[in-house]
Amino acid sequence: MKNKLSRLAVPYVVWMALFVVAPIIMMVIYAFSASNGGFTLNNFVKMGAYAEVFIRSFKLALIATAICLLVGYPVSYFMSKEGPRFQRMAMVLIMLPMWMNFLLRTYSWMTILENNGLLNQLFQKIGLIALYNRMTGADLSYFPMMNTQGAVVLGMVYNYLPFMILPIYSVIIKLDGSLIEAARDLGAGSATVFRRVILPLSLPGVLSGITMVFVPAVSTFAISQMLGGGTELLLGDLIEQQFMGGAYNPQLGAAISLVMMVIVVVCMLVMNRFGEGEEQAVML
Amino acid sequence: MSKELIRLHDLCMAFDDELVLDHINLYINDSEFLTLLGPSGCGKTTTLRIIGGFLVPTSGDVTFDGVRINDVPPHKRQINTVFQKYALFPHLNVFENIAFGLRIAKVPKDEIDRRVTEMLQVVSLKGFENRQISQLSGGQQQRVAIARALVNRPKVLLLDEPLGALDLRLRKDMQNELKRIQQQMGITFIYVTHDQEEALTMSDTVVVMDKGRIQQIGTPEDIYNEPKNAFVADFIGESNILNGTMVRDGVVRMYRREFQCVDKGFAPNEPVDVVIRPEDIDIVPVTEGQLVGTVTNVTFKGMQYDIIVDLGGFKWLIQTTDHSPVGAQVGVKIDPDGFHIMKKSEYSGLFGDYSSYSEEYEELADATLADEEESGDEE
Repeated sequence: MKNKLSRLAVPYVVWMALFVVAPIIMMVIYAFSASNGGFTLNNFVKMGAYAEVFIRSFKLALIATAICLLVGYPVSYFMSKEGPRFQRMAMVLIMLPMWMNFLLRTYSWMTILENNGLLNQLFQKIGLIALYNRMTGADLSYFPMMNTQGAVVLGMVYNYLPFMILPIYSVIIKLDGSLIEAARDLGAGSATVFRRVILPLSLPGVLSGITMVFVPAVSTFAISQMLGGGTELLLGDLIEQQFMGGAYNPQLGAAISLVMMVIVVVCMLVMNRFGEGEEQAVML
Repeated sequence: MSKELIRLHDLCMAFDDELVLDHINLYINDSEFLTLLGPSGCGKTTTLRIIGGFLVPTSGDVTFDGVRINDVPPHKRQINTVFQKYALFPHLNVFENIAFGLRIAKVPKDEIDRRVTEMLQVVSLKGFENRQISQLSGGQQQRVAIARALVNRPKVLLLDEPLGALDLRLRKDMQNELKRIQQQMGITFIYVTHDQEEALTMSDTVVVMDKGRIQQIGTPEDIYNEPKNAFVADFIGESNILNGTMVRDGVVRMYRREFQCVDKGFAPNEPVDVVIRPEDIDIVPVTEGQLVGTVTNVTFKGMQYDIIVDLGGFKWLIQTTDHSPVGAQVGVKIDPDGFHIMKKSEYSGLFGDYSSYSEEYEELADATLADEEESGDEE
């Protein structure tokens, strides 16, 4: 019986081997190869020149993840306290942008943030820019918002926020109400109930939310290209350039990818170890 | 001992216009073991949750030590609860679960250590401090839940069917354990259960509830021996409940003949419900019987036989150690103190007939006796 069932898994194993394991192996081989095919560590040595990009990528991804957490946790928490109709409605609203194409969504932000985009026009109309000029003595005709790190972070938060809200929400909604009653019964006011019961028990959701936001954010290239205007180069852009752009160097690209992957995996392992106790809590 | 601690005054509770508690009046003494007993949906858990502070009554008052506490939130009451499914914190170990209340109350660390250790001893869980909750059996979780509540030294402990999830053997052990803890610590226990045996075994006072109303309050003996109406008589133990007429003090009339009994205080010829416990009935030879009937069913129960006897169309349950074969004609004899007379109530005629025991269930419909005193066995 068990053998019969495990035979059904064969196609998936083959699929995984072909499309997950094989590419990783190829990436590793490429990373240690010179352009003529021989073994070299040169790709990793060259990477030192791009330390700035590494730092910027991780910094922006961290900021975006932190903002997603700060916004997403309260949203999930208060959503879970509302009635079922409100919850369904809110869920649709959160998911709605995701039904639209990713590039289209990000392009829309360009028209909003541009120098003569919607936001700047609004600021002009309500006199905010004039006010700012008068107060600081500057002479701006618009606020520069496009092609800044802020715009890139905004793009990340906008695109990845649902991935933070959903896992946290689904953990909080499943919390046993009698645990909260028990805590209140034992003398805990609302703040203490939250700090000592709800927060620790929702940590697994927080951890998977962080993972699901941080990983795509650290490797994105479309967002930084569109909203960063190519001036705020991220790891994703760097890698893309090695494969598609003028700086064609797939060996270097593979090496950068490999290092990024290792850093991300290490981060996740550390974080999961940290949340291990709570992981059991959810299993219950 | 008998100082009043909690009083429920004219308590009503409605959910969406559905009356769940209907004018509950009850006082609970200090150090008392009081049980709210009733079928599911009778309002016992709602009553408990109001005392615990998780529900605010629609009308009426809850007083604690003479102070009205309707709007006092749970965390400000000197009351702790053992929840039905224990509600232990899965992210904390046994020690931290028990210490939870003390940590919130900012009790000094060495005192927390001392009191938790002491509590672990009381519930016989020494050495389990560092266990995770998921590693405990149901009975152990139960004990942790009790320890977690008691360590705060509450004036009152509320227990919501705490033994419901345990197997029979463990239940019995825990019943004794709970009673011992209650006596040892001198705390008022308010216990909710639908298990009448549990209620009789453990309680000082039993409150029988049904349909959001209190049916009877009394000691376990009172409740069993002097049930107030057919509902209580049927819910607590087994009862044959028949229609009768109280001819005068000490004489009740049914089956067109008069029986000696010890009850009095009814109006002459008042229609009443007559309760006869199955163990108070003797089976005797036909010639010596006050009534004569036919055995329709015999079930061996270990300690006794449950015998169903058809007496003029009404099926009686009789518990006796002597076997009688099915189909035999037997006489039935009841001592005067075996009768218990109750006033008529809304429950009259609903309970106390063992026709569902019988395989000849259908025949009941034909078994008509014209006499107006005839037992109401209509389904």
